[in-house]
Amino acid sequence: MSSREDILGRVRARLNRGATNAALAREQMLAALSQRTQGPKPAVDAAPEALLARFREKSEVMASTVDIVATEAEVPAAVARYLVAMKLPKTAVAWPSLTTLDWATAGLTVEGRGARDADLVGITGCFCAVAETGTLMLCSSPGTPAAVSLLPETHIAIVRAPRIVPHMEDAWNLARKELGSLPRAVNFISGPSRTGDIEQTIVLGAHGPYRVHLVIVKE
Amino acid sequence: MESKSMHFKANASAKLADVVLQGNLKNAKGKFVTARAKAITELDDFEATRDAAVAIRNKVIDNLDIWLETFERKAEDTGAKVLWAKDGAEVCRLVVEIARKHGVKKVTKSKSMLSEEAGLNQALEAAGVQPVETDLGEYILQIDDNDPPSHIIAPAVHKSLDDVANLFHKVHGTPRKTEIPALTREAREVLREHFLSAEMGMSGGNFLVAETGSVALVTNEGNGRMVTTLPRVHVVVTGIEKVIPTLEDLSTLMRLLPRSATGQSISNYFSILTGTKRPGDHDGPEHLYFVLVDSGRADVVASDFHEMLRCIRCGACMNHCPVYQTIGGHAYGWVYPGPMGSVLTPLYTGLDKALDLPHAATLCNQCGVVCPVKIPLPELLRKLREKQTEQGMRPFTERLGLRLWAWVAQKPKLYALGAKIGARYLKWLAGDSDRIRLLPAAPEWSKGRDFPAPQGKTFREMYAARKGQP
Ligand code: SF4
Repeated sequence: MSSREDILGRVRARLNRGATNAALAREQMLAALSQRTQGPKPAVDAAPEALLARFREKSEVMASTVDIVATEAEVPAAVARYLVAMKLPKTAVAWPSLTTLDWATAGLTVEGRGARDADLVGITGCFCAVAETGTLMLCSSPGTPAAVSLLPETHIAIVRAPRIVPHMEDAWNLARKELGSLPRAVNFISGPSRTGDIEQTIVLGAHGPYRVHLVIVKE
Repeated sequence: MESKSMHFKANASAKLADVVLQGNLKNAKGKFVTARAKAITELDDFEATRDAAVAIRNKVIDNLDIWLETFERKAEDTGAKVLWAKDGAEVCRLVVEIARKHGVKKVTKSKSMLSEEAGLNQALEAAGVQPVETDLGEYILQIDDNDPPSHIIAPAVHKSLDDVANLFHKVHGTPRKTEIPALTREAREVLREHFLSAEMGMSGGNFLVAETGSVALVTNEGNGRMVTTLPRVHVVVTGIEKVIPTLEDLSTLMRLLPRSATGQSISNYFSILTGTKRPGDHDGPEHLYFVLVDSGRADVVASDFHEMLRCIRCGACMNHCPVYQTIGGHAYGWVYPGPMGSVLTPLYTGLDKALDLPHAATLCNQCGVVCPVKIPLPELLRKLREKQTEQGMRPFTERLGLRLWAWVAQKPKLYALGAKIGARYLKWLAGDSDRIRLLPAAPEWSKGRDFPAPQGKTFREMYAARKGQP
C-alpha cells in the first residue's frame, strides 16, 4: 500500500468515513470554497483620503519611508531625489513593466529585467496595497519579477493611490477579478526585512532589503 | 530528531542552574508578551477573530481526508508534485531522492519544524548533499555543531550576543564583532553566497490553501522568499494538518499568527506560492514538490486530542508558560517545547517516551488563554496524565500511594483519624514557624519551596466544634 493510501486510509477510518458522510463532507467543502466567508476585520475607513492616510501611517510603523507625488510622470524625479538624499547609486534594476517611465531625464540608469546579486537598488510597482497593515501586494509575472523586491539592498516601490484597498480580502477579490488565477508568487511586503534572532533585538536588513521607500502616486 | 524527552527532570535541573539561559529567557519573555498584548488590541474583536480561526481549522480537520484530496488535486493542477510520507524516515528518503534526481549538491532551507522532526539534515549530509539553514537563528544553531532549537519562533533564544560573537569569529574566521547589526550583516553575506549557489530550496509551510493549491509562508528575514525564488527546485515539507480552505481564511489566520507569535501586526513577508515558474518568468523554481507528512498526525484525528491539530505554531503558549520561562526549551527534549510540545511530543513520539512532559505544567491555563485557536492545552495535558495512569505508566510508588489513599478515603472514620494525626504531626514539625522547610515525605519537592503548616485542627474538628454555636 502506498503511503498516501495508508495515511488517507487511517484518517478515513478514524472519521468513520462512509458513502453518506463523504457526500456530506464534500458538499460542505464545495460550499466553503464557493462562499469564501470572510472573518471579522478591523474597521478601516474606505474613503480614498482615509485609505491613503492609513496606508501611509501603517507603512511607516513597519519602517518604510513614504513620498507622495501627484502624477506618474513625477516618479523618476522622486526616485532620484531619494537616491541622492540617501547617497545611493543612481543605477537600478526595475520591473520590465516600468521601462516606459522616463528615468533617463531624471539622471537615472534603469534596466528593466530580473534582478542579480550585484544590483543595489530595485524598483517595482505593486499589484495593489492594503491599508489595514501598510502592506504591498506584488504579483510575479514576466513583467514583474519577484527577485527585484528581494535581492537589492534598497527597494523602491511605486504605489498608485487608487490601488490601495482596505483589507487583504479586497486584494484577493481584485486578483481573482483581474488575474483569474494566482500568479506563481504573491508577495505581501511590509517594510524592510528584519530579524530578532540575536537576543530578540530587531535589526533591519536580514536577507532582503535594508530599506523600503514608497513613492505613492495620487492619481 | 531523536527524542530526549525521557530525561526531562535531569535536563530541567541543569537549565535552572544555567545563569546565561535564565537571563536570555527573561529578556525574551518580556518582549514577546508585551508586544502581543499590544498587537491584539488592534483587532476590533479579538475573540470573534479567534472563534473564526477555530472554525476554519476545525472545518478542515473534521474532514481532513476530503480536504487533503482537494489540496492535492489543486496543487497538481498548478504543476506541483504531491508526495506523502508516513514518518521521518520516509521524509528523508523522499527528499534525498528528489535531490539525487535533480543533481542537487546544496540545499538552502528556510525553517521547517517537520525537517527537525525527521532529522533531515543528517540524512542529506549522509547522501552527500549540503543542507544550509538560512533562518538566522537556525543558522547559528547549525554552525554550533547542530545545537537543537529551544523555541519554535526564536530557535536560538538560549544564546547570548557573546555566544554568537564567539561562534561567528570561530566558524567564519573573521574578526570578532560585538554589535548585533554587524553580526547580522556577516551572516547575510555568508548566506547570500549559499542562496545564489543552491540548486534546491526547502521550506516548511505555514498553511496549505486548498482553493488554489498554494503554500503560504510567513517570514521576516526574507530567507523564505530566497529559497523559494532562486533555486531550480523547491520542496515544501509540511504536516498533513496544515490545509485551510480559502484565501479569505488565510487572511483571518494571518490576523492572529504574527500578533500571537512576535506581536507584529503582520510579518514583513507573507508569500503565497502557487505552482512552478511560468513561461517568460525571470525567477521561480522549475520543479515544486510537496511532501505531506503524517508522523503521528493521522492518528490524532477524531481522537481525544484532535483539538491539538488546530495548532498554528505561533509559540504564544510557551511565551506565557511559567514552566517554559523557567527552564527554556531544551529541557523538553524534542522539537516542540512548552505546553504545545508537552502535548505533541507524547502524541507523536509515544506516551511512554515522554513520561514527565504531561506533568511539566502547573495547569494555570495561561497557555489556553492566549492560544489564538483556543486549544485547551491544560485539559489535553490532564487527559494525557489520565492515559498514563490507565496504561499503568506511572511509577510504582505513585500508584501504590494513590491506591492507599483511595482505600482510606472510602472509610470516613479512618480518614478523619488519619487527617487528625497528620495535621498534628505537621504542626509539630513546623514548631514555632507557620512554614515547614523540609517535608520528610517529599524532600525533593520541598527543597525549592516551603510547605504551609496546618493550624493544628482539621476541618472536621472545627466544623464539629462550631455546629453547636448559633
Ligand atoms: S498551541 Fe496555540 S499558542 Fe501554542 S503554538 Fe499552537 S497555536 Fe500557538
